[in-house]
Amino acid sequence: MNSVLTQIQPAASRLHQEEDEFANSDPAAWGSMGGFGNLARNGAIQGMSIPRVQDPTAFLDMHTDNMSSNPEAKIKIAHGTTTLAFKFKGGVIVAVDSRATAGSYVASGTVKKVIEINKFLLGTMAGGAADCQYWETYLGMQCRLYELRNKERISVAAASKILSNIVYQYKGMGLSMGTMVCGWDKTGPCIFYVDDDGQRLKGDLFSVGSGSTFAYGVLDQGYRWDLTDEEAQELGRRSIVAAGHRDAYSGNTVNLYHVRENGWEFINNYDVNELWYEYEIKKKADREAAAPAASPMAVEA
Amino acid sequence: MECSFGITGKDYILIAADTSAGRSIVRMKSDENKIKALGPHLAMAYGGEPGDTNNFAEYIERNLRLYHIRNHFPLLPPSASAWIRRTLAESIRSRKPYAVNLLLGGYDTTTDLPHLYWIDYLGTKAIVPYAAHGMGVYVSLSTMDKWWYEGMDKREGVEVLKKCVDEVEKRLTVALKFNCIMIDKNGIHQIDLSEQDPIAKVESQPQETAVEAPNPPIEVGVQA
Repeated sequence: MNSVLTQIQPAASRLHQEEDEFANSDPAAWGSMGGFGNLARNGAIQGMSIPRVQDPTAFLDMHTDNMSSNPEAKIKIAHGTTTLAFKFKGGVIVAVDSRATAGSYVASGTVKKVIEINKFLLGTMAGGAADCQYWETYLGMQCRLYELRNKERISVAAASKILSNIVYQYKGMGLSMGTMVCGWDKTGPCIFYVDDDGQRLKGDLFSVGSGSTFAYGVLDQGYRWDLTDEEAQELGRRSIVAAGHRDAYSGNTVNLYHVRENGWEFINNYDVNELWYEYEIKKKADREAAAPAASPMAVEA
Repeated sequence: MECSFGITGKDYILIAADTSAGRSIVRMKSDENKIKALGPHLAMAYGGEPGDTNNFAEYIERNLRLYHIRNHFPLLPPSASAWIRRTLAESIRSRKPYAVNLLLGGYDTTTDLPHLYWIDYLGTKAIVPYAAHGMGVYVSLSTMDKWWYEGMDKREGVEVLKKCVDEVEKRLTVALKFNCIMIDKNGIHQIDLSEQDPIAKVESQPQETAVEAPNPPIEVGVQA
């Protein structure tokens, strides 16, 4: 198509075009905007399109179920999740489910809700899948640029603040995300919770998503600082299974990560249903083993 | 369900704020510090819309620090309160207003007087001897009306504050923990309300209880 156009263009105008090539180019394209080459002149992210209507925020609010003012809206944004992360003596455990729902429809059972920002940083995904995926990938780019500029890895605190500053800029415009930025830096293991309000909290233990209350119920009761690696991984897994069982919008599989001093490690993917019945069988067996066998005399009497 | 208190005494100000942070029905953190030191003798307790609160508090903190660096002297409490109020008053008329309420407390080292300001997100400023923000208003203002009097010493002030916190724990359906500071001529001190006599600890261990405040060295700038 392009070559056809060049062919039919008169030679004179082509020459003119070549002369003007640099005069019309944007300095941003030459990477001379202090490293923010992907930003437009007005500072907005290039390529991010918004609805072309009077009030984009109100428009999106009306047509998506996101801000709950119109839950019957035709566009159902993928949300409904359980994610959790906690610190303990052996590092950070990150566990998430893998179900994506749009309204009452299970859109996918194999979603990756842990975003691998770099070798030492993980982000979790709750709320709008697109928002989390886009901004955490963007965060990964900013973290890499920080590394190149400062010859040093970014701290978890700084990385999470980049993200919270971005979402704070977009506050009230319909972003939907609840994320945990987890990793290991100079200060050791670290977790920050960042959400679409622009809230950013540092903590030892967080759970986010529609199933978070169920996950907290297991996690809080089993949590200690001095858990062993195996105990901690089991606690993370068990908490997600508990949420997957009770919350209709969570389930399918568990993805488990463990962050240590030398970076994160993907432990495994587990089926929530299989684990649930395993746990049930084990609970029953443990109870039978603990209780003394009923005496036959008692039945007769 | 947020809650904060401020009480002035003879030569000090007490500020207390709850420490919970969360989203909808879930408490995600129970040890969040919602009191910020703004200078060697100035601090505020802040609450309101999540996200706005921290952003606004950091904005205030950094601007007051900048003032201190530029002038080699911190902004005094009356002037600081006027500037903060004005910032909020301009914000409320903007496209995206800050929804932040605060209690600003400061000790004026030039006149040796305590100051307390009740400021809300609309840009209302009231100069008050004692105040509350959030749910504490409904249960503890009367407590302060009855037991507060002018020129209380530090221990008496702490007793009144303890009564307020006790009332909140009795009458509000949510359980809150409180974080407390005291500002006097020596600066800002952490107060542990669970102790029998928290003032004794401040007097005996001034270093341990001191709260780090933005306090740039005097020798900022060009040297000979």
